Amino acid sequence: MNMFINFLVAAVFAGTPLLFGTVGEIMNEKSGHLNLGVEGMMSLGACAGFMAGFLTNNLLIALLAAFVAGLAGALIYAILTITFMADQNVTGLTLTIFGIGLSNFFGEYMLVNSNTNSLKLPENIAAQISNIYIPVLSDIPVIGQLFFQYNPFVYLGIVIAISCGIYLNHTKLGLNLRAIGENPGAADAAGIKVTKLKYLNVLLGGGICGIGGAYCSMIINGGVWMSNSVNGLGWISVALVIFASWSPNKAVFGSFIFGAFNILKYYTPKTYFTIPNAFYDMLPFVITALVLIITSIRKSKENQQPASCGINYFREER
Amino acid sequence: MKKFLSLILALSLVFSLTACSPKQDTKQEPAKEETTKEETSTQGKMPAVAKEDIKVGVIHIGNPADGSGYTYAHDQGIVGMQKALGLDDSQIIRKNNVNDTDPTATETAILECIEEGANIIFGTSWGYMDTMEALAAEYPDVIFSHGSGYKSNGTNFNNYFGRIYQARYISGIVAGLKTESNLIGYVAAMGQENSEVTGGINAFAMGVNSVNPDAKVFVKVTNSWFSPEEETNAAKALLAEGCDVIAQHCDTPNPQLEAEKSGAFGIGYNSDMSKDAPKATLTSAVWDWSQYYTWAVENLINGTWTGENYYGGMEEKLVGISPLNESIIAEGTKEAVQDAEKRILDGSFNVFDGVIETNDGKTVGEEGKTLDDATITGGINWYFKTVTVK
Repeated sequence: MNMFINFLVAAVFAGTPLLFGTVGEIMNEKSGHLNLGVEGMMSLGACAGFMAGFLTNNLLIALLAAFVAGLAGALIYAILTITFMADQNVTGLTLTIFGIGLSNFFGEYMLVNSNTNSLKLPENIAAQISNIYIPVLSDIPVIGQLFFQYNPFVYLGIVIAISCGIYLNHTKLGLNLRAIGENPGAADAAGIKVTKLKYLNVLLGGGICGIGGAYCSMIINGGVWMSNSVNGLGWISVALVIFASWSPNKAVFGSFIFGAFNILKYYTPKTYFTIPNAFYDMLPFVITALVLIITSIRKSKENQQPASCGINYFREER
Repeated sequence: MKKFLSLILALSLVFSLTACSPKQDTKQEPAKEETTKEETSTQGKMPAVAKEDIKVGVIHIGNPADGSGYTYAHDQGIVGMQKALGLDDSQIIRKNNVNDTDPTATETAILECIEEGANIIFGTSWGYMDTMEALAAEYPDVIFSHGSGYKSNGTNFNNYFGRIYQARYISGIVAGLKTESNLIGYVAAMGQENSEVTGGINAFAMGVNSVNPDAKVFVKVTNSWFSPEEETNAAKALLAEGCDVIAQHCDTPNPQLEAEKSGAFGIGYNSDMSKDAPKATLTSAVWDWSQYYTWAVENLINGTWTGENYYGGMEEKLVGISPLNESIIAEGTKEAVQDAEKRILDGSFNVFDGVIETNDGKTVGEEGKTLDDATITGGINWYFKTVTVK
């Protein structure tokens, strides 16, 4: 029982970076832009967030820096694809390569110039990003462990995901955005400012990815800088968007389920029989494929990719 | 007739198919045992190169600036060699982030080194082996030295590695004395099939067992040489199972940091990880590659390069443990470590001595003998009796 609770807690820990990446990517895709640069934007956020935290010893500044760095990455993407109509896939892939490279470059620059050849977050910020403790609540057995003792990023991620869900489903701006994602021509004709809204959402999505990157560099790596800290989590996030069927709310559970799959191999007893580790590594993607098949059989419009996702909008070709 | 011909053709096809898939070497060629006897061999196989004309090429799989881990340790070795021999910065050519599963990238990197005038090229990762072998035949006046593999040609292509298991045994003593829960975790990059990792685990567990027969070693396999996230998760799971010392055979210091966070302790690997986790890392099993790099380049300068393989250990100071973290080690650790070091150095103890019980109830080895180097580098596919893969 205790081990099971440990497993659930670890699943949330492993799923949180995916949550940020997924919600960020959903914001992109809902505006009709398939951004394959999640890994790159996360890497930028990882570096900027860590370095800001390292230099200022302030969590808020670190989060802001990560957000701005992810946003800056998305800005490159937005200018290229929204304004200059560049191919979305190619631009996204390039952004990934660029983001990882730039992040490693600055990381190494800082590392080489440090005295100890090691960059470790100062005490103050390290305490701020450690698991929270709420008197009474955190002490409740099981429930306290399951809900009230994560690091602040976990709660931030859930708040961001739920806010994005409300934004997309219950605000005029969000509904307009979804119209753009489905049919930008019709949205344009209805008087929605297509380009402006697209920019807003692509940038917002990039910023959210950036915070996810900061999670990788600050939490997963225990507060010590390391190159390639995102190491593929951005790509899993892109797959997770499909699993969450483009809904930020479902992304919360989706990312924790993916997190659980990710660590399953460390928590399954190996006493009676052993399943090769590769099988566990494969699971999330098999499930994603199954979800794709099931949603395409059900043909529900709601759970599908926005119709114009991946296609640039030429006003003149309406 | 036609039928007969086609039958013959089909048969020959089938035969050639099977012939085309040579059995992978499960047992690797024995690495050279006597590394210290090279002084007696007078005649070098390569002409001496003046110190000013030496150019050293290094092919790294990662980036030396990572601050810890495999590539960092190798590069520290290069830096150490450069200092020891007084070479200029311009005499070192580094090729970083060369993917060892990509022969073209490997070849390009090596050819660039040769073009820039390298006389000796070190390849630090397993996957460079075949490319280096081929190029060694093509460029007979350049020395190719390959780490962690098993191929060599006796003249300008050798391989080098070391008895890191000796250091792991010693670090096991440190862990065995420290643990209170008698559960020790071990984050391993690869599973049972990898002799380097498995042998390391066994040596570590034997070290633990020598001072604390009640302690168990729990292993979790990440299936990756570098994965910050997996390594953190594996360490987390081990700590959740009650392990209070976390050892590792993986690249990042994440297991150490994870142990530090939950007030546990750790044994690092590759480089001294106490700089990352000063409150947790008791010691680290470390490589001092400068010992080999200095030896190799010096031989080239003196004209005593013989092309022999190098398999150094504690005696050559190639492997060892980093300084003990005095404030957190258990009482008596220092004495136990010194004692074991002495026994290894004077040759009375070789870690894999005598009959060893495995965790599936079998035994390995013979009384009065020790495992040979070929078995150690390529044939350890069993776990010591106290090891459990979780």
